Amino acid sequence: MTAIFKREFRSYFNNILGYIFCAFILLFAGIYTMAINLKSGSANFEYVLGNMAFIFLIAVPILTMRSIAEDRKQKTDQLLYSLPVSMTEVVMGKFLAMIAVLLIPIVIVGLYPLILSAFGNVNMFAAYGTLLGFFLLGSCLIAMGLFISSLTDNQVVAVIASFIVMLLNYFVGTLADYLSYSPNATFIAFTVIIVAVAAVLYYMTKNSMLAVIVAAILEIFLVIIKVSNSDSLYGLFPRIMDKISVFERFYNFPNGMFDITTIVYFLVITAIFLFFTVQSMEKRRWS
Amino acid sequence: MTVYRVYDKGYDNILKGMKKMIEVKGLTKKYGNHTAVSNLSFTIEEDQVYGFLGPNGAGKSTTMNIITGCLSATDGTVAIDGLDIYENAVDAKKHIGYLPEIPPLYMDMTPMEYLEFIAEVKKVEKSERKTQIEEAMIETGIKNVENRLIKNLSKGYRQRVGIAQALVGNPSVIILDEPTVGLDPKQIIEIRELIKNLGKKHTVILSSHILSEVQAVCDKILIISNGKLVACDTPENLESLFAGTKTIKLTVKGDSGNIDPILNNIPEIRNIRYKNNGEKTMVEITTDKESDIAEKIFFAFADARMPILRMTEETATLEDIFLELTSIDKDVDIETENTDDESVSEEYEDHEEYNEESEEPVKEEEAEDNDGNI
Repeated sequence: MTAIFKREFRSYFNNILGYIFCAFILLFAGIYTMAINLKSGSANFEYVLGNMAFIFLIAVPILTMRSIAEDRKQKTDQLLYSLPVSMTEVVMGKFLAMIAVLLIPIVIVGLYPLILSAFGNVNMFAAYGTLLGFFLLGSCLIAMGLFISSLTDNQVVAVIASFIVMLLNYFVGTLADYLSYSPNATFIAFTVIIVAVAAVLYYMTKNSMLAVIVAAILEIFLVIIKVSNSDSLYGLFPRIMDKISVFERFYNFPNGMFDITTIVYFLVITAIFLFFTVQSMEKRRWS
Repeated sequence: MTVYRVYDKGYDNILKGMKKMIEVKGLTKKYGNHTAVSNLSFTIEEDQVYGFLGPNGAGKSTTMNIITGCLSATDGTVAIDGLDIYENAVDAKKHIGYLPEIPPLYMDMTPMEYLEFIAEVKKVEKSERKTQIEEAMIETGIKNVENRLIKNLSKGYRQRVGIAQALVGNPSVIILDEPTVGLDPKQIIEIRELIKNLGKKHTVILSSHILSEVQAVCDKILIISNGKLVACDTPENLESLFAGTKTIKLTVKGDSGNIDPILNNIPEIRNIRYKNNGEKTMVEITTDKESDIAEKIFFAFADARMPILRMTEETATLEDIFLELTSIDKDVDIETENTDDESVSEEYEDHEEYNEESEEPVKEEEAEDNDGNI
């Protein structure tokens, strides 16, 4: 794993991507620090991070696009498959290399509150708590990007798909506000999701029986809930959508809440996408 | 077509004394409805050079990818030095150095950096790393380009870096998928020399669709066609077994419909192939080497009042064997096919025929092998 980590990390700085990523984050950190802290004389560094979270939408897909897609394109994935390492090690090596790249601007940005504290009273706990949240948000998005990169051998497809997925994730909280809160709306939304799950299941296993049975079980379950306790469905779907957004979750930190559940949430999402990535790499061997 | 099965259970036992490096059993790989490899079984012994021969799309790369764990099989098992490639993947892969069809190189590294990376992943002891990399570079002749970026190297050098990569870690089996494709003649000769040298210390498997190459470097040849193993033996044995047959080429005035009944009366004939050319027909007859049937053929045609315009005799070369073994219809199961050849041959416009007798020698051989080892 360390070998893969070292190779990946070095490769980000052998080409321009690593520099672009770091420069991009530092540029925006600088602009926002300037505008919020220096120009308006505020000591709240957490607002800087809260405002600049959206730049991950552009920076992370650029960082993650080549991680696995490039291997597949150059056929170096065959090397990884034939070397005596497990896929988990390969994926972890690649992931940690990107985390290490992310840590470079994070560490530099981490100096800003110290500099600011020379001129005023900075709430260090809020600033560094938010920085931790910012870092975890970044690693969460990197895991997503890594997974998307493992699905294709085309970097351009990877970068666009990652961007769209993250953009949807960014807006999903806002979209949720426009949805109907009625139990019927939630019922319909879940039915659509069940059909989609069945379709994906069929696509992956080519087993129509399995897909239909799974869909039927889920649908029956849903109907039972609907009939027995219709109120429990009230506003459930919009609430879930609101919770899905990793960005919405992150805003807890700049709002002054050091939320353990959010930290756990970020770690779980990261782990899930890393797991998916490993599975996606393993699956390639079977196709 | 001759039913030729050198490979059988008895064959394994003959070589029982040698250590089995790779054991492949009942390997099958399906891509949707397409079967790339079907029920392939063979054993690879220590310290020999094996040639995997077959036409394009025969399943060579698929088989190699499965052996090295890059691809999973639909069915069947692969054991490397007794370790299953799926269950003990990491340990099994330590025994293998693999060069895929396209050398898996990181373009942004120098050969030195690349080999250091490989050595680290293969968990070569730190103290040994330098010497192993050095050795691999000297053996493949890339010492002079060690600090140039791989993306700036020529195809030949990239191929060598790929081979060096397979050598690092000193694996007992080295698998090379078409190692000489795209190289110039001088490089090809150098790579062949290299492979021969490797064969002294390692078990080497290389795939190729070029016969002369396999003949030049390999101790054993595995011929694979349409995902099936059709032969496995030393080049000399393959030749001598097939030298047991000879080909008589005739040019006869008349068409195959008339010629067929005449030749059917000659029992020594193993196999007939026709090619119509206007009012003339070219006939290719395969027969045992010992039987002298030229005279019989001549009189048979003379009796039927059909003129033979030309008659020549040829003994089989490895090239012919290869062509013969690999020109089998996809749907024909070689192992079971022996009598109902009619349907197959018609499809191919090649009228092929089996003579019961041609089966006998092979069968006897099998029996002997088995007896000898009980």
